[in-house]
Amino acid sequence: MSQPALLRLAGVSKRYGTVQANHEIDLEVHSGSIHAVLGENGAGKSTLMKLIYGVEQPDSGHIRWNGQEVHFARPSDAQALGIGMVFQHFSLFETLSVVQNVSLMIPGKPADLAQKITDLGDQFGLSVDPHAMVHRLSVGERQRVEIIRCLLLNPKLLILDEPTSVLPPQNVRRLFETLRKLQADGMAILFISHKLDEIRELCDTASVLRGGEVTGRVDPREHDARSLAQLMIGREMPNVAHAAPQPPGAERLRLNALGHPRASRFGTTLDGIDLKLRSGEIVGIAGISGNGQQELAALISGESRAQEPGMIEIMGKKVGHLGPMARRKLGFAFVPEERLGRGAVPEMSLADNSLLTAHSRSMLSRGFIRRSVERAFTRECIEAFDVRTPGPDAEAGAMSGGNLQKFILGREIMLNPDVMLVSQPTWGVDIGAATAIRKRLLDMRDQGCAILVISEEMDELFELCSKLHVLHNGRLSPALEAAETTPQEIGRYMIGAET
Amino acid sequence: MSGLEFLLAGTLAASLPLLLAALGEMVVEKTGLLNLGLEGMMAIGAAIAFICVYHTGSHLLGFAAAALMSTFVAMLFAILVIGVKANEVAAGLAIGVLGLGLSALFGKSYESLTIKGLPKIDIPILSDIPVIGPTLLTQDIVVWLSILGTVALWWVLNRTKLGLIIAAVGENADAARSIGYPVVMIRLIAVAFGGAMCGLAGAYASTVYTPLWADGMIAGRGWIALALVVFGTWQTGRVAFGALLFGILSLGELTAQAMGVGLPSQVLSSLPYLVTILMLVVISRRRSGLI
Repeated sequence: MSQPALLRLAGVSKRYGTVQANHEIDLEVHSGSIHAVLGENGAGKSTLMKLIYGVEQPDSGHIRWNGQEVHFARPSDAQALGIGMVFQHFSLFETLSVVQNVSLMIPGKPADLAQKITDLGDQFGLSVDPHAMVHRLSVGERQRVEIIRCLLLNPKLLILDEPTSVLPPQNVRRLFETLRKLQADGMAILFISHKLDEIRELCDTASVLRGGEVTGRVDPREHDARSLAQLMIGREMPNVAHAAPQPPGAERLRLNALGHPRASRFGTTLDGIDLKLRSGEIVGIAGISGNGQQELAALISGESRAQEPGMIEIMGKKVGHLGPMARRKLGFAFVPEERLGRGAVPEMSLADNSLLTAHSRSMLSRGFIRRSVERAFTRECIEAFDVRTPGPDAEAGAMSGGNLQKFILGREIMLNPDVMLVSQPTWGVDIGAATAIRKRLLDMRDQGCAILVISEEMDELFELCSKLHVLHNGRLSPALEAAETTPQEIGRYMIGAET
Repeated sequence: MSGLEFLLAGTLAASLPLLLAALGEMVVEKTGLLNLGLEGMMAIGAAIAFICVYHTGSHLLGFAAAALMSTFVAMLFAILVIGVKANEVAAGLAIGVLGLGLSALFGKSYESLTIKGLPKIDIPILSDIPVIGPTLLTQDIVVWLSILGTVALWWVLNRTKLGLIIAAVGENADAARSIGYPVVMIRLIAVAFGGAMCGLAGAYASTVYTPLWADGMIAGRGWIALALVVFGTWQTGRVAFGALLFGILSLGELTAQAMGVGLPSQVLSSLPYLVTILMLVVISRRRSGLI
């Protein structure tokens, strides 16, 4: 390329304690280019972006902007030069309106700002009501607000951190159109993602990160997803092929017109949820978090009680009034979405965390804990589920998300449940561990377990499930056969276009 | 003076310490912190103000010294919580106890001495209005300034960029930091403001409302102010309304005792505290959707 790079990193390193988060990173971003930064969780993508945006400062190396060396002490330094960033977890203030949010960053009278918001919205397909309160907006609209807020600073480089991870497919299309318009306007875009197909579709350059280092610089349009994945995880993609499911057997879990009022102002009211789950099948619940997922999981697990016993049936028994222990006794197991705090107690050792749900496996004797049984169980779980840890005495809170998830899932699977609820099984888990977790779930299905999976990852649901529901605004869609539906149809349910 | 006139004349003054302390704490809480040390900060302010006025005769000096001293104590809280990340609740209680202790120490040799309060201002025309003129509308300068201050605070919090920033910091400090606001500095200023307001509240209590010093004279008003912030759901107008309500209550108790209501005086004196508990129960139940 003849033109000098807009942003150029040379030998940038960053270390946190003993962890080398970024090592000797070289990166060049040009105007009018959509540049992907590809990598697994923990590969150092977020750290790199923090360095570029001035949230953190590199230990060594140089950052050049239009050929000039720069040092960013804080984000406002980067903003002043024309770097904007849209965060994965939005940095909007929910109790304020769109224009108030914008005015916190951009000087100007509210009326003028509102006009600018509308204008930009028309120009780049980012329509949003400037006077709406942010907590009433959908995820897609919130992202648009974030992008508009960045665009109002006239950036030359826009950084997007996992922008599609929270969007239904329709909104992803729309976001891509917006980004292409911005690209045509001459803007440089850094697109951080681990979704290979999206990168191949959108980006013209990709830098692949693994273990804090750049392991490849490629044109993603010339590679298939498989070879990109190999660059990303450093080995062959594990094979995910699995036998087709057997016809399902007896009914294990049933929800009958399950409804529940919301517990707080920001909660979701569940309404008329019907669902059937039989042995030997995996049923998935798609939808964006915050549409009642947490409330539904709490009701099925027994953490909150249903209004009537008959609203929830496990193994043919009415259990709506029973607590979690009583439900587990019937053969129910649960892997919650929050690993620390619900799935495991962070301050306790893995062995003691086993005890929490597996105490019935003769770990107790006259009220006393039998440590040897507890440790043997934990060791077995660590081995069988490839949990990377020093041993049963390791503190749960010190483990990486993927490892802890493998442990929690393993602990529940070792209880041989008849029916299992797994919430967001692979959130923040790297590809290798995620593949292993999905394989375990399919194995469980083949052994006759009935599994309900709540997930935001549509690919995952299509890979695992024979039937899909979509939870939107506290209501559950009818069951859709996975073989007959499409991501687009699921997406329409996710944004409430179909009910 | 009839019971009604007594209430009209005295409510604003009785409410003032509560109002000032509660508004200060409201700003602190709006930035996402919780300072439980109100009682102590009011007490130290009250003691310092009294000592200052006793020796100099100047209320202005007394109020200024009280505000400074309480701000100093509040800064200890800020250092503990923002600086070394100590537990907020423990730090707040600790500086509360410290403030109470210091007030007793400084005030020891002034026990039961008295000073002159502030004169009530006769505003022409206003004070000629029958009934409310000589009572409700005849107040000292601090009351009038506080009313103006309350309106000003409402305006800042609801109509200015500064108010927006305070709300933003309190709602999502990480987000505020990521878009470039100095969260630590904003919180520091808020805590200082909260301290100064407690100092003024204490100063009013010991040098104007009841111009004498007695150990323990704040008598739980710091805690009531804390409850008022919750009662007022962090809104200036509602907090002010709550402060007035409790002002009436504490006067009503005196009126009732004077009129010889057949209840033991201890029961009547505990009324404001009982009502506080009741309010908090009602509010928390309503918030959790049970009412």
